Amino acid sequence: MTKEEIVAKLPYGDPFLFVDRITEVSQTHIKGEFTFKDTCDFYKGHFVNFPVTPGVLLLECMMQIGLVSLGIYLLRDKGFDLRSNSTVAMVENEARFYKPVFPNDTVTVESDLQYFRFHKLKSKVKMLNEAGEVVCQGIFSGILKPGDAES
Amino acid sequence: MNQEIYPKLTEIITPYLPEDVDPQSIEPSSHLVNDLNINSTHLVDIVLDVEDAFDITIEDDELDKMDTVEASIALIEQKLEAR
Repeated sequence: MTKEEIVAKLPYGDPFLFVDRITEVSQTHIKGEFTFKDTCDFYKGHFVNFPVTPGVLLLECMMQIGLVSLGIYLLRDKGFDLRSNSTVAMVENEARFYKPVFPNDTVTVESDLQYFRFHKLKSKVKMLNEAGEVVCQGIFSGILKPGDAES
Repeated sequence: MNQEIYPKLTEIITPYLPEDVDPQSIEPSSHLVNDLNINSTHLVDIVLDVEDAFDITIEDDELDKMDTVEASIALIEQKLEAR
């Protein structure tokens, strides 16, 4: 599976896709990038007169690259499609924020797998800014499995 | 009931109990999800802790066998014997 195919298989679309490209991937590691464009609607209200990227969206970006994209790669030969026959759900995020992300900043997300067993993927994820400084890091986990989210 | 496995298992389970479940209420017949209200995703953490504590491997299709405390003990015993 190519890095472009991973992005194409993500179950997100505009305005909630927070992955521009995957730059590295292996069985235990993934790295990707996203630019938070200044045209994003939420900057009008977060905050009024002071646009800064909401922390929840940084977490979402970290999970889309660090958990979901990695999971898609790990399950590449299993007939697993998050757009039709499978679902994903966040389980836990234990994160700490260090720096703000402003409009038009490009962030890099790196994720190192801790385990992926019984459909639960747990990973150590960090987000870096263009200067290479850590913006946010933490331990994230989610469930990726066949069937609907209710089961 | 295996007297060595039981206390070790309850010790593993305790941190994953919701706040409103008293660790003292754990009984051999307790169902991990239905009685102890353990989140199904925490079952995975319990299984991983069990694997480390007893130095055994639980296969993917065996997660369903660990529904009650005594069923979990039976599976752990079986794994220890097969080792």
